[in-house]
Amino acid sequence: MNVKRKARPYVRPLDIANGQVDMSHGSGGRAMAQLIGEMFLPEFDNSYLREGNDSARLPAEPGRLVMASDAHVVSPLFFPGGDIGCLAVHGTVNDLAMMGAQPRWLSASFILEEGLPLAQLQQIARSMGRAAREAGVTIVTGDTKVVERGKGDGVFIATTGIGFLPEDVEIAGDRARPGDRILVSGTLGDHGMAIMAQRESLGFASAIQSDTAPLHELVAVLLQSGADVRVLRDPTRGGLATTLNEIAGQSGVGMMLQESAIPVRPAVASACEFLGLDPLYVANEGKLVAIVAAEDVDVALAALRAHPLGREAAIIGMVQEDPHQFVQMTTRLGGRRIVDWLSGEQLPRIC
Amino acid sequence: MKYVDEFRDAALAQNLARAIAAAVEPDREYRFMEFCGGHTHAISRYGVTDLLPSNVRLIHGPGCPVCVLPVGRLDMAIALALTHEVTLCTYADTLRIPASAGLSLMKARARGADIRMVYSAADALTLAQQQPDKQVVFFAIGFETTTPPTAVVIREAARLGLSNFSVLCCHVLTPPAMRRILDAPAEALALDGLIGPAHVSTIIGSQPYEAIATVYRKPVVIAGFEPLDVMQAILMLVRQCREGRAEVENEFTRAVTREGNRKAQHLMNEVFELRDEFEWRGLGTIPHSALRLRESYAQFDAEQRFALEFKAVADHRGCECGAMLRGVKHPRDCALFATVCTPESPMGACMVSSEGACAAHYTYGRFRDGEDHR
Repeated sequence: MNVKRKARPYVRPLDIANGQVDMSHGSGGRAMAQLIGEMFLPEFDNSYLREGNDSARLPAEPGRLVMASDAHVVSPLFFPGGDIGCLAVHGTVNDLAMMGAQPRWLSASFILEEGLPLAQLQQIARSMGRAAREAGVTIVTGDTKVVERGKGDGVFIATTGIGFLPEDVEIAGDRARPGDRILVSGTLGDHGMAIMAQRESLGFASAIQSDTAPLHELVAVLLQSGADVRVLRDPTRGGLATTLNEIAGQSGVGMMLQESAIPVRPAVASACEFLGLDPLYVANEGKLVAIVAAEDVDVALAALRAHPLGREAAIIGMVQEDPHQFVQMTTRLGGRRIVDWLSGEQLPRIC
Repeated sequence: MKYVDEFRDAALAQNLARAIAAAVEPDREYRFMEFCGGHTHAISRYGVTDLLPSNVRLIHGPGCPVCVLPVGRLDMAIALALTHEVTLCTYADTLRIPASAGLSLMKARARGADIRMVYSAADALTLAQQQPDKQVVFFAIGFETTTPPTAVVIREAARLGLSNFSVLCCHVLTPPAMRRILDAPAEALALDGLIGPAHVSTIIGSQPYEAIATVYRKPVVIAGFEPLDVMQAILMLVRQCREGRAEVENEFTRAVTREGNRKAQHLMNEVFELRDEFEWRGLGTIPHSALRLRESYAQFDAEQRFALEFKAVADHRGCECGAMLRGVKHPRDCALFATVCTPESPMGACMVSSEGACAAHYTYGRFRDGEDHR
């Protein structure tokens, strides 16, 4: 963020309570500097940002660098259990965490729509700052652009993260082997259905909260347990089904799930039923899938369950040999079916 | 989930599976058609065939509204949106069906056509009220289940005196399609019974199937869309076969009566009348098998307002959707299935809707291909 700390004439403070984003806030001029200085700096405050240079100079750490990027276009901007601000932090933090990395730095780019109330933007920035502090990451650089009214939808946020990965941690999508067990860290579909319930005004589903949360601590606990963790992934867009199909393809294996073992909240199941959706395809923002060596499954499950974010963790299936790389499931009824890739767009603008 | 989980219960399913296994005569085959795509979807999604004896076969029927829509009708909808520049409101399932000239409603939208996905006919009417300067057309498809809501909005549009709202009516009727299926020669399609529609029957009742059961001597069991409904219906069909009966029985008594929903029937009758004939994909042209707006509501008929004409268009040459809809072929019999025709790039309508036989088999059941041939 390019904030010059020179003496300058008196500028009336931003009218956050009543003001709106206008085109000048993205012009590169004084209005933009003011927006950054009065809106973002106080919420994200840290020495790198305060330096006001075009980019942040960061200290190196031992291990390998890990980098991930995530753009957020969720609608509505505020939903039960979170908002686009904390989601933008958690999305990238979790992508880093799924490699076993310790997240350190974030960049944040904002595309604002002309007319966005400044009060809303502040609420989002505040939520982002809080989420970053809680996750132990620092927002060290960023960018702000403004598009004309009707060309955006309030605000889009893109974040990029950098983390450090110890030399001995080797977690990747191509490491699943036949016999490995598949775990999830908790109930599925909460984030997607919280948003859909709000969008569709489903009164009976209004208690559903997004599960958006940073997962790196849960990952750390899992790794400390000593379990041989082969693959970690957060089942965001496309849900569990899509994530497992990705892994099956990368590792060249098949999978067999037990439908009765997959945890889904009753309210989420009901809302999905109502809208004709399958919870296995609905997005999560605070859950992970872990594939671990069969002999370590109990240790891994105990480790996950000991952490508040993994209390409802469950073993849902196993990896098997399959040249077709099908993800299959024994249904609750006792039949078999494929759990295929998501086809088309089930829920647009979910994250 | 109360009132739903009961119909997906594993222990009850095992009981029913045992009862079916005990009821079938081992030395013969049972071939039952589930008429509705809703049944097809439930059977595939819950793996119901795994719970049936190997001599009980389920054959997918034509009861998928998106699948039976002929390309010519889609072309009319696309022409409305692209040429007549109306706002076309449609159910999401129709968006990706391939139409003529490499188009689909989705591709027409990318070319700038104003095509909106709606959840109900009422959404389309609301849109017409919100933009009085623009013509809004509701692309009305479906069997008797979705027809009453269309009738409601047409009557409402008349009451409001809306001049910018009309309906492209493609509503079709179940009993004529069922008769067309059963008219097929036995060597093409030998059926031992039909699993009758769930939601359609809530509207029309069980009575219309009685003549079909009698004339064709086939048992019909109306069943709900939950997996245990389907299994119970199969048990009832097997028993009818054993006892040499060909009757209409109702498994779905929690929603279906003999008379059906009289109010909805009156409403349909007030707004719609029978077309002389209608072309179905796969089933050909069937007399008195579809509805159009009555003269008194003609001003809301998009076909009249925009002088649209239906032109029959042949399906893709390799596509077996027609045979699939008649129940004479299985998705794995189609050379296009899972090769060039997938849910991501469908060649035929049966691969588009989740109720289509090909989409259901691709999404849930294709691991079976090569294992067995049920």
